[in-house]
Amino acid sequence: MIVSREGDLNPRKENYSLLIKGGRLIDPAAKIDATMDVLLRDGQVAEIAPPGKTRGTAHEKFDARGLVVAPGFIDLHVHLREPGQGYKETIATGTGAAAAGGFTSVCCMPNTQPVVDSPEWVTWLQQPERGAVVNVFPIAAATHASKGAVLTDFRALQRAGAVGVSDDGKPILNDGVMRETLRLSSEINLPVIQHAEDTRLTDRCSMNDGPTAFRLGLRGMKAAAEASVVERDVQLAQQFTGARLHVAHLSTADALKAVRRGKRSKSHVTCEVTPHHFALTDADIGEYDTNFKMNPPLRSDSDREAILVALADGTVDAIATDHAPHAAHEKVIEFERAAFGITGLETALGLAITHLHRGHKMPLSRIVELFTSGPARVFSLRGRGTLIRGSHADVTIFDAQKRWTFDAAKSHSRSQNTPFGGAQFTGKVVATIVGGRVVYRTE
Amino acid sequence: MREWGIAPRVLNIHGWVFRRPSFTRQSRTRLRVTRQSPWHTMKQSARGSLLGIEHLGAPEILGLLKLARRMNPLKPRPLLRGKRVLLLFYEASTRTRSSFEIAAKSLGAMTTLVLSSGSSIEKGESLLDTGYTLRAVGADVIVIRHPQAGAAALMARYLDIPVINAGDGMHEHPSQALLDAYTILRHKKTLKGLQVAIVGDIYHSRVARSAIHLLSKFGARLTLCGPAEFLPETAFTLAPGLHITRTVEDAVHGADVIMTLRVQKERLAGTKISLQDYVSRYQMTMARLKLAKKDAMLMHPGPIIRGLELTWEVADCPQSAIVEEVRNGVPVRMAILAKALGRSR
Repeated sequence: MIVSREGDLNPRKENYSLLIKGGRLIDPAAKIDATMDVLLRDGQVAEIAPPGKTRGTAHEKFDARGLVVAPGFIDLHVHLREPGQGYKETIATGTGAAAAGGFTSVCCMPNTQPVVDSPEWVTWLQQPERGAVVNVFPIAAATHASKGAVLTDFRALQRAGAVGVSDDGKPILNDGVMRETLRLSSEINLPVIQHAEDTRLTDRCSMNDGPTAFRLGLRGMKAAAEASVVERDVQLAQQFTGARLHVAHLSTADALKAVRRGKRSKSHVTCEVTPHHFALTDADIGEYDTNFKMNPPLRSDSDREAILVALADGTVDAIATDHAPHAAHEKVIEFERAAFGITGLETALGLAITHLHRGHKMPLSRIVELFTSGPARVFSLRGRGTLIRGSHADVTIFDAQKRWTFDAAKSHSRSQNTPFGGAQFTGKVVATIVGGRVVYRTE
Repeated sequence: MREWGIAPRVLNIHGWVFRRPSFTRQSRTRLRVTRQSPWHTMKQSARGSLLGIEHLGAPEILGLLKLARRMNPLKPRPLLRGKRVLLLFYEASTRTRSSFEIAAKSLGAMTTLVLSSGSSIEKGESLLDTGYTLRAVGADVIVIRHPQAGAAALMARYLDIPVINAGDGMHEHPSQALLDAYTILRHKKTLKGLQVAIVGDIYHSRVARSAIHLLSKFGARLTLCGPAEFLPETAFTLAPGLHITRTVEDAVHGADVIMTLRVQKERLAGTKISLQDYVSRYQMTMARLKLAKKDAMLMHPGPIIRGLELTWEVADCPQSAIVEEVRNGVPVRMAILAKALGRSR
């Protein structure tokens, strides 16, 4: 159940406080993994103490016994589709899905209509009229209309609230433009997010190159098309001190190698992977199921294994969903014509716990890190991704043992293009708290 | 109402859904097995659809080939009297279109041809809406040719009438593979152990994919031959026991059947290999044909481009089965239509 900002569950009051009692607090940034009470007051974390030891009083209590209490999840890569494509998703519905998936902050990509390439649109995205249920951090376009030619005004965009710049979906291939993007952003400590794909090599391709693509008669995207762009970007980023390169939705073993090389050298390179890339492979496409079509595409099993290793060893900084809603008429068509992208906000935690924790014995604290402090560091979101005293009162409470079945038709998103309809997961969000107020709670 | 005992049931074995045959005649028309995605329940497509060779079992293929032997376009049988066969062609076609039409008419069915140009498809109507429209005007079966892979599968998933794939993009062309097998079996006793060379642009060829699936199911020994641009290494994953060679002499040597494929000049344009190169390295010439067995058959799905993938002499030589393939297309497609509409006895 989404409890809107105007909902009566938690009326907007001064001095409002909420005590989360008896949960297992996992805060990787503060190195805490213990049973703790968390007191939230005035939109901030007021106190953390062993059970029953909090000194302050609270208007309301939340019984979190048997549940995990984590800092609010942050998604570095979502498509909220506004402005211009409200038929796919709106900020209200997209953030509703985010709340249901345990995300308290989402960073939205600028590939809308029009492209978010001006401070005015960055401001527009953050206005209360949009009806956002969780925090929205806009990412602005790096070039005008994402055409890859003329750079936007990074300083003005940052002042308006942009947390990064990216031409997501239309990678910056021109070396000179990318160098200039990194140089200018390094001056103001702004991350550059690159969708790494050499589109000159992926013309008319609709899935990963490999046995399944050959069998289905579909043109395949080669792994090299991703790795070559990552390698070039890592090299360019080394030229400017302070340049921050963030590789979006990384999907191949070779690109991971390039990121590792970048991390070993002094350059600031970070990366994210999506839940579908660690959970599925290209063989899962079956017979032209367009709900398995996204960009970057599902890759081979060896790529998936490399991603699992990189998630465990710290190469990967964050799990991001690349939540990309599309209407039915853009998906229930021929595979090659269908739009790229799947929704992912509501299935991310279930996939992470089912595949990483239960399937590959990854500790819960590492999973929480990938959803919280990891992404907060990538975009320098101060006071988020942790629950130390004084930070924002964004909290995600989940049940790591709960088994449930995802029903795509009951999704909070406006679109239902997910490959996980009917999938069984372990690990479910119980409550999402943004700014000290409960915005989502399971019925 | 008469009870038939066991109702048709769905058995799920290792993610593959088999329909247990019921006791109705309709059920014997089952032609394919659908793979059910573990995450996503796809709609079960209508029985009788022929979407590809890959998921067909050997008994079903043999059944169709046997049925084709009993079909004779010169002695029409009104098995499909009153049935409406919709031919939906999004791509140019001579052989497939005319032989499906003649096959349908030989069985007493009505045919209607819908082309992408001159229909609402030009106005932007989607594939599925076109399918629903044709269903509504009374189609009993849709034969579809489409430039995109998976188009027939998409239509079959959403329509409750059989869909026959007459070629979808680079994916499959099942009726061509069936008529090729039919033609081979007119001259050879069995497919098992037969040495088959497939030469040419295999990557872009739906004919090659269907032929490879079919022949390897029956134990033929397949050698694929072509330049890397037309034959990537991943091709060997398509079926077990495939061989890949870049030298046409190796492929042809000792072969029982040689299948040459059409090469589109414009596809050579983007690659490292020039037209002259291709012709000198891969063209089927009389000299190369002589390397094969004495009774080797030369096949080609058409349209042939004389002087490119084969010489004039090779196309017309006694070993050439090119014209016979076209002729055999009619009885094979009669069998496909009869089976799709449950009139296979």
